[in-house]
Amino acid sequence: MPKYILKRAIMSLITAFLVATLTFFVMNMVPGGPFLSEKAVTPQAQAAMEAKYGLDKPLFQQYTTYMTGILKGDFGLSIKKRGRTVSQIIGTKFPVSAKVGGLALILAVCTGIPLGAVAAFNRGKFIDNLLVVLSTAGIAIPSFLSSTILIYIFTTKLKWLPSLGLKDAQSYIMPVVALALYPTFYMARLMRSSMLDVMGQDYMRTAKAKGVTTFKAIFKHALRNAILPVITYLGPLLAALMTGSFIIEKIFNIPGLGSEFVSSITSRDYPMIMGTTIFLAVFIIIMNLFVDIAYAIVDPRIKLK
Amino acid sequence: MRKAKYLLPIAALSLAFLVSCGGADKSKQESAKGESGSQAAEASEASAGGELNVQVGSSPETMDPALNSASDGATYILHAFTGLLSIDKNSDVVPGLAEKWEHSDDGLTWTFHLRPDLKWSDGTDLTAEDFVYSWKRLADPALAAPYGYDLLSVVAGYEEASNGDLDALQVSAPDKDTFVVKLSSPCTFFDQIAAFVSTAPVQKKTVEENGDAWATKPETYVSSGPYRMTEYVDGDRIVYEKNPYYYDKDNITFDKIVWHLIEDGNSVYTAYNQGELDLAKTLPSEEIPSLKGNEEFHLDPMMGTYYISFNIQKAPFNDPKVREALSLAVDRDYVANTIMQGTYTPANNLVGPGISDAGENSSFEEVTKEKYGNFFDNSKYEENLAKAKELLAEAGYPNGQGFPTFSYLTNDASYHKPVAEYLQNAWGQLGLTMNIDIQEWKTVTANRRSGNYDVARNGWVMDYNDPSNMINLFETGNGNNDGKYSNPDFDALVDKARKTANVEEHYDYLHQAEQVLLKDYGACPVAYYTEFYLEKPNLSNVWHTPTGYFLFMYGKKA
Repeated sequence: MPKYILKRAIMSLITAFLVATLTFFVMNMVPGGPFLSEKAVTPQAQAAMEAKYGLDKPLFQQYTTYMTGILKGDFGLSIKKRGRTVSQIIGTKFPVSAKVGGLALILAVCTGIPLGAVAAFNRGKFIDNLLVVLSTAGIAIPSFLSSTILIYIFTTKLKWLPSLGLKDAQSYIMPVVALALYPTFYMARLMRSSMLDVMGQDYMRTAKAKGVTTFKAIFKHALRNAILPVITYLGPLLAALMTGSFIIEKIFNIPGLGSEFVSSITSRDYPMIMGTTIFLAVFIIIMNLFVDIAYAIVDPRIKLK
Repeated sequence: MRKAKYLLPIAALSLAFLVSCGGADKSKQESAKGESGSQAAEASEASAGGELNVQVGSSPETMDPALNSASDGATYILHAFTGLLSIDKNSDVVPGLAEKWEHSDDGLTWTFHLRPDLKWSDGTDLTAEDFVYSWKRLADPALAAPYGYDLLSVVAGYEEASNGDLDALQVSAPDKDTFVVKLSSPCTFFDQIAAFVSTAPVQKKTVEENGDAWATKPETYVSSGPYRMTEYVDGDRIVYEKNPYYYDKDNITFDKIVWHLIEDGNSVYTAYNQGELDLAKTLPSEEIPSLKGNEEFHLDPMMGTYYISFNIQKAPFNDPKVREALSLAVDRDYVANTIMQGTYTPANNLVGPGISDAGENSSFEEVTKEKYGNFFDNSKYEENLAKAKELLAEAGYPNGQGFPTFSYLTNDASYHKPVAEYLQNAWGQLGLTMNIDIQEWKTVTANRRSGNYDVARNGWVMDYNDPSNMINLFETGNGNNDGKYSNPDFDALVDKARKTANVEEHYDYLHQAEQVLLKDYGACPVAYYTEFYLEKPNLSNVWHTPTGYFLFMYGKKA
């Protein structure tokens, strides 16, 4: 197991390195630069700024300087937000996104999995049909629409919930629900189909035949097997939710990482693009690693070699 | 200049540059009569205190006065910093930290007398030396202040300072309450520069100890104005509380101002309707029709023009007849009032309303109309369209035959896409085929600047109130001359306007230059900018300037 983790960690490092390298060069190929604005800049100012951020150096040298900087834990200065380092920005914005995303994940897991399981056991009945309809809607409705509907109902009409920021516990409700909507129903569907699959297996019939209670059959045999595909989905989902949604953050005015990531690209804030991309990549890689480990725990048939 | 994200950014020498740089030979002495005058008197009647919640933009790029180039940034900064002079409700220059000022007979030496016992918001002394430091910092090439050149190029020694020799800048502090500036040439509007946000003093100690980061945290954000920062959450809010060391603190009304930093118009609109905001600037354009006529909806003119650039270096747009035909086929009333929902006004010339001319309270646009008439007469749209067809035939493209398919470059923000679709249709009536090429904003800017386009959306919001700020864009070699328009006659007129010391001549040359440009169809003006916002009816004595700043410090809430 430790050997496996080590191997995976090395693979992850290589992946992160490739992501960083690719991003660096692609980013520099995109037209426009950080100092390009509607008002043409004076040559002295342009030169001074390029020198300050090392953009006057040849591209390859910029690349090596940047990569050695990362090894020392230095992600550089944000060009657009002067006076802030990339690490500071990620350090203050990531916890905000992670909190909202983490809550959304808990909500999604706690409702999606039981919902799927219940539907599977009531296959073809009303509850099952209702879930199919609901989940189709839940998956099809984009988050900007669900957020807007939530705001319309709970802020504009009922005046129960605030629409801006994350001031108190109440203000988390709408963004978390909007964010959890898609993964909840996606997981419910996943759970339902894999549960149906498992229930048709011979060992379930055997269990029933030897008189195992339905409760035990479900929890000891069915659930454990059926949950595997859901776990596979959980890793990337966790990464996606915790790193922030641009749309949700924009609509609820949440100062998270998602909006920072997108706006760094539109403003060509090179160090921010690199920093957020690498952070995201590493985060996703780590989450996938966790999923693999979790697999082994849930399913002893899978041997980590 | 940047204003919000997509429109042409504003920034701005705040004020009315009533006169251009020229020979000021008369000495004048201004005294601080009545201090902040009527605005303070009105404010004192208001019940003091209270909290104000406003949205004037999203997260600022910087809170450093010297580095700011945005109108929302200027609004935040003007509430924390006061410079030598200030601007009042009527856009007049009034005393700020300097209670009086005068200039020498030759107009080259300006002396500012500071109020006694000025303090920074941390309670330490603020002296003339702080101005010396701040002005040199503004000229420092290493700082690369966006307005360093625009503001200080008239100061003697700027050339050397901008190349690194900061001490060459002719600013000095003979004693702790006197600040002296020597100019290289007379400049009659120098008082306006002394009132511009970027020339406000910053504290040497905090800047040197904290570097660029000084303007990112309340603890290190030492300021000189009516408020001081107590909270700053990027992407969420900035909170200001009254500065107890401010000289005019007794007249400052609100105890606390909360700047809500919101980017999305719908979020702003919902928050305003929920009563979470007293004033809201960023509004969703689809709400505009329903807001018109609402007493809380304000629509103010802004100095700027939305125009179309033709790539003049490229066939067939190198033919003036083609450009004329395309320009005539645009129904400006329809674009401004229907497509842009009346949030713009039709542009019949290049320079729009709000810009002064030589006389007192004069308007450059009005003078243009009197002298030359409106260049584009939209009331004759049908005739114009017929003429456009003729012109196209003369240029060798009867009914558009043989005219190459071309594309219109724009980003997708504001009304850019609907306008592009309108143009596709309007020019389609001439038999032309136009594709709409929508690209992301920075890519549009890069392609437009490098001439990699056929026809493109363009626009300019002026920095200061002088028509040269718009007209000079079309000078040969200007960094913003995206159409690469070039005409020696035009260049000569612009240059004459720049060099003359005579105010009337200055404007006259600019009028002539504008006519030359219009007759060459060097660009196609479409609409003039305006600015709109929602303000609760119980708010009073807060004001909005033509350069796009909001000033709340003397306001009151019923």
